[in-house]
Amino acid sequence: MSQGAATPSGSRVNSLSLYKLLSLVIRRDLVLAMRRRADVLTTLVFFIMVVSLFPLGVGPEPDMLRKMAAGVVWVAALLASMLSLGRMFSADYLDGTLEQMMLAPQSLSVLVLGKVLAHWMVSGLPLVLMAPVLGLQFDMPTGALWVLIAALLLGTPVLSMIGAVGAALTLGLRGGGVLVSLLVLPLCIPVLIFGAGAVEAAASGMNALSQLSLLGALLVLALVFTPWVTAQALRISME
Amino acid sequence: MLEISNLACVRGEHLLFSDLSFSLSAGELLQIEGANGSGKTSLLRTLCGFMMPAQGKILWRGQNIRDLDEEYYAEMIYLGHLNAIKDELNALENLRITAGLAGYAVDDKQVIAALRRMGLRGRETLPVKVLSQGQRRRVALARLLIGNAPLWILDEPLTALDVGAVGLMQELIGEHLAGGGMVIYTTHQPLDVAGVVTRRLSLS
Repeated sequence: MSQGAATPSGSRVNSLSLYKLLSLVIRRDLVLAMRRRADVLTTLVFFIMVVSLFPLGVGPEPDMLRKMAAGVVWVAALLASMLSLGRMFSADYLDGTLEQMMLAPQSLSVLVLGKVLAHWMVSGLPLVLMAPVLGLQFDMPTGALWVLIAALLLGTPVLSMIGAVGAALTLGLRGGGVLVSLLVLPLCIPVLIFGAGAVEAAASGMNALSQLSLLGALLVLALVFTPWVTAQALRISME
Repeated sequence: MLEISNLACVRGEHLLFSDLSFSLSAGELLQIEGANGSGKTSLLRTLCGFMMPAQGKILWRGQNIRDLDEEYYAEMIYLGHLNAIKDELNALENLRITAGLAGYAVDDKQVIAALRRMGLRGRETLPVKVLSQGQRRRVALARLLIGNAPLWILDEPLTALDVGAVGLMQELIGEHLAGGGMVIYTTHQPLDVAGVVTRRLSLS
């Protein structure tokens, strides 16, 4: 333990490698999520409930259910992911750990990316895993189920990443939870269109590859730009 | 090493201070004084780069802290009003993550030694939420013992601390200054570091 030793050289930066920093942040957030499991479960239960309410509301005709399955699952996934957005930065903001993260001699964009990925693992990934079960409830064909998984796997990270920008912008605002949904939902429309489109195409026997490629492109685009934008938004919220 | 020139700080419409200039070199201790609302915390947060100064420059080793960014952050520790520790984690985990983010490869032995020095023997693996307010503050302060950042910026470090811990803080600050470190702090309690002249800066 060395303390108080001022080094004369000014170029000492304790930067971690990209992988090390990502794994550190993701591990931290996963441990925190595991010690507050109720938060994780609410998102998943909300998703299951919303999807299950539709057959009760519109009636049990198999043809109609099959037709609207893709849209229902996607809209429910979209709403469920909005539900958990408020939690992405607010706890860290309130206890001051976010402040300290911004003072860490590391890239804030990478740090943010780690937090978003961890958030997706606890709020997006369970939806992806649960979706095929719910698809069966709507009598979706097997091929469409696989496309549904693939589309959600590409689409839900985009929802988390776009949501992170909104969550960072509304940090510390009263009523930020509602505001973030209003900000983020319109931006998620492309994901919804291509995601539901892919599953519908597969269900009607067409090739879903074009929609999936577009979802993949959205994912890459979000991966490149949103961490940086979120980092800047956090800096603004900190002032 | 730290030079502040003509600094002005505005909060909302309200001008907190202007034309503030001072410098701090190795081994110096600076106390920021002022009534509630005079801008002590705002000054410290500006020094951390959270707030943009309305006017003036903050230089670290001759370069603007905005340009240095991560290089500057590697050389400073800020301790704010918030403890920046997670209630769900224990003291050991909290400190390990903080050290990891600061880029230090520390093993558990070092972290435990730091916690024990702060008087938290036997509390290392308890969830922080069962600790008292003063003990949480000690966990937060243990961060100062990890790593070797020369500049400490402490905002009310003594809140919730008992007499023993205040003595310990004086000792730690003394050691840090003797090793060529610098400390800027605010406090409403007396803090006397043996053998060091405290410079005072009044905000009004």
